[in-house]
Amino acid sequence: MTITSELKDIFTKNLRTSGIYIAFVLIVVLFTILTNGLLLSPINITNIILQYSYVLILALGMILVIVAGHIDLSVGSLVALTGAVSAVIVIKGDLPWWVGMLAGIAVGALCGLWQGFWVAYVGIPAFIVTLAGMLLFRGLTYEVLSNVSLSPFPGEYGQIAGGFLNGLLGGNGFDLFTVIIGVIAVAGLFVSQWRNRAGRAKYGQSVESMAMFLAKNIISGIIILWFFWQIATSRGMPIVLIILAALILGYHVLTTKTVFGRHVYAIGGNLSAAKLSGVNVKKINMWIFINMGLLSGVAGVVFSSRSNGAQPGAGNMFELDAIAACFIGGASTTGGVGRVTGAIVGGLVMAVLSNGMQLMGVGASTQQIVKGVVLLLAVAFDIYNKRRAGAGN
Amino acid sequence: MDTTILHMQDITKTFPGVKALDGVNLSVSKGEIHAICGENGAGKSTLMKVLSGVYPHGSYEGQIIFEGEELKASNIKDSEAQGIVIIHQELALVPYLSVAENIFLGNETARGGFIDWNETNHRAADLLARVGLDELPVTPVGQLGVGKQQLVEIAKALSKNVKLLILDEPTAALNDDDSEHLLNLLRGLREQGITSIIISHKLGEIEDIANTTTIIRDGQSIEALDMADPESNQNRIIRGMVGRELSSRYPERVPQIGDVVFEVQDWSVQHPVQQDRTVVEGANLEVRAGEIVGIAGLMGAGRTELAMSIFGHSYGRNITGTVKMDGKPVDTSTVGKAIKAGIAYVSEDRKKFGLNLIEDIRVNTTAAGLDKISSKGFVDGNKEIQIAEHYRKSMRIKTPNVMAKVGNLSGGNQQKVVLGKWLHTAPELLILDEPTRGIDVGAKYEIYTIINELAAAGKAVLVISSELPELLGICDRIYTLAYGRMTGQLPSSEATQERLMELMTIEKESTR
Repeated sequence: MTITSELKDIFTKNLRTSGIYIAFVLIVVLFTILTNGLLLSPINITNIILQYSYVLILALGMILVIVAGHIDLSVGSLVALTGAVSAVIVIKGDLPWWVGMLAGIAVGALCGLWQGFWVAYVGIPAFIVTLAGMLLFRGLTYEVLSNVSLSPFPGEYGQIAGGFLNGLLGGNGFDLFTVIIGVIAVAGLFVSQWRNRAGRAKYGQSVESMAMFLAKNIISGIIILWFFWQIATSRGMPIVLIILAALILGYHVLTTKTVFGRHVYAIGGNLSAAKLSGVNVKKINMWIFINMGLLSGVAGVVFSSRSNGAQPGAGNMFELDAIAACFIGGASTTGGVGRVTGAIVGGLVMAVLSNGMQLMGVGASTQQIVKGVVLLLAVAFDIYNKRRAGAGN
Repeated sequence: MDTTILHMQDITKTFPGVKALDGVNLSVSKGEIHAICGENGAGKSTLMKVLSGVYPHGSYEGQIIFEGEELKASNIKDSEAQGIVIIHQELALVPYLSVAENIFLGNETARGGFIDWNETNHRAADLLARVGLDELPVTPVGQLGVGKQQLVEIAKALSKNVKLLILDEPTAALNDDDSEHLLNLLRGLREQGITSIIISHKLGEIEDIANTTTIIRDGQSIEALDMADPESNQNRIIRGMVGRELSSRYPERVPQIGDVVFEVQDWSVQHPVQQDRTVVEGANLEVRAGEIVGIAGLMGAGRTELAMSIFGHSYGRNITGTVKMDGKPVDTSTVGKAIKAGIAYVSEDRKKFGLNLIEDIRVNTTAAGLDKISSKGFVDGNKEIQIAEHYRKSMRIKTPNVMAKVGNLSGGNQQKVVLGKWLHTAPELLILDEPTRGIDVGAKYEIYTIINELAAAGKAVLVISSELPELLGICDRIYTLAYGRMTGQLPSSEATQERLMELMTIEKESTR
């Protein structure tokens, strides 16, 4: 295949997977122009990460839930509950920050276990179970907090979402540590892509042309390096970005390389076939919800750290942001299809939309309208592509 | 006087790639009960769908003359308006609605959009009396047994002033008493001048009740038997149904049969929802290494139910009996355990139960044996491609590579992917349920070749099939199953289609 025909495929045959990346680039370009470059300023990039990290964390759990053919409406309430538990322990109980953090995550996992039990072993649709959870966890949040907000957290807790690693290795006007991490990230990406390509070629599978491979990787490499440079010249490496990067990497591997990941896709793709292939569907469903709860706990800790306290009404509508991120990122409403990378880019689309409009001073009401329309168009686009692909075969 | 009510002339119906009906003729006299017999897939249901307007006029060739005029139905409503009503094998009742509501569904007694409940229930009660069903019109249909639901269907047909009633396998799901009641009702309707067409595998019933029997084979009408003729007995019908010659559609094979690998003893299974309905009753069977064993049975005999209940208790409840592999009892209560015990089951419905159609060949090939290519929970991606490639080549799956989406493959290639998937689990016993359903002739030959290779490699193979020639062509030994019970076994050398069909239609003693 020639590079021109491959380029053409990106915009035609493979539009369903590449569409989200193209849309993301267009949105970034649009808002960069509309905000006179403010969107891509070092400080704003750092801000986007700090502000929207919780949606990305939730999207990582939600993509598993959606691929398996379920939905989770309770994550917003669970973010509030786990943050509240953490706050009570650290602020009222005067215990160390890490005790609060671990307790928040543990409560999240426990709530996930609770929901997983009803979905997997009793057989109640996840829509109902998590709708109940949404009310249940919200109510518990009010109970735990005795109807009042708790703040502020002591210093270390706030570092989770607000802290930076800066000057670890020094640097003149930029943080050398951040730059080195960026270089490692690019090298890691290139090596893993190279090995993947070599592996496929070895077994006689079709691979993209070398020109296309290099072009893709060099462009990605430049974007990543530029991104880290922006951060390095701002406040340095945000701690939450390290957490986020580790989670994204971990979940990417979980969904693409593990038996568990395979089983999740098998359940969503064809439940009956998965059962008759020996997949323990109940157990997998149980773990999907435990995992979602656990990540809600992480998001709860990050969010309470960022807002420096716990409010009974925190996390409202977070579930919808996470669900929207997955669907914008190409997940199928009927299950079986969806990628971690897609969900993350979907979440970033939502983040850039919100942030861009905020920079322009657009009102909250207009922001909601735009986000709603974008979600609708993204899924409509997906369905249109699916139909086109179906007709083509 | 012309007493013919219906004349179907040279009906030909083609589906993409398949000629389902090929010049079928059917003549039904007014006021008779006319039976239609044929093997599974012979074209009986297709013919009735043509008649009832499910396949509209213009989608088939030929002519239908009903009451002296040509029938050009473009949907079911049109044919019902003429007085032709079909009752399908799967009943089309809404369980939460009352008997009366179901009878008049789509045909409500209403004034200005408002239903007249008194009139509705009154008329329903009259109809229920006519079919001999002693239930209140307001009873929800879901509370009735299958037999009574069947009567509600007939009452519904009567409400439409039916002239020709078509029943597709009406007694397949009924017990003996309900069947008897239904047949008596049909006799009663005959006296009232209503003509019936009945499709049934129960030849005893047909002998009892039918005036004429038309036999359909391979999409063609073979003959019409006058049942008043003493020659027209069950054996005569069977001969007509199976009368084709075996050709060399099956690859040659020299069986090398070893020890018993797989045994099932006293296996009983109950229906998952219907109380007290036993689907498989005390079945016993064994398969030896290198042996290909067939299970023959008509639709509803419990073939798939037997296989799926063995494979991880995937069907039914209150399952009892023993499964032995190599002489030792094994636990097959979950699919995982069954696979571990060395059993593989290739489903009759590969799209619904066999494949993940939105995934590629690679993922589907390894779906049941991921543990073989993974360590500590991580899948070895390179090994996976290697294995998928191996099966793509050895099965001769026609795609350039294993990244092709399974949903885009032809039926034959999809079936090869399923076979590869199960071979990858390294089973001792393969249960193949309708392995060549919906596959063209060339691909069938390839599937038979693969089956032979498996047997040659020492695997035990159990084949379930509706096509008797197929079983006779590839099996060493054939079991027959009728109404959930094993009714016999024959070595293929002694088996004929007639002999098998006799064993497949043995009813329980209490019936006769």
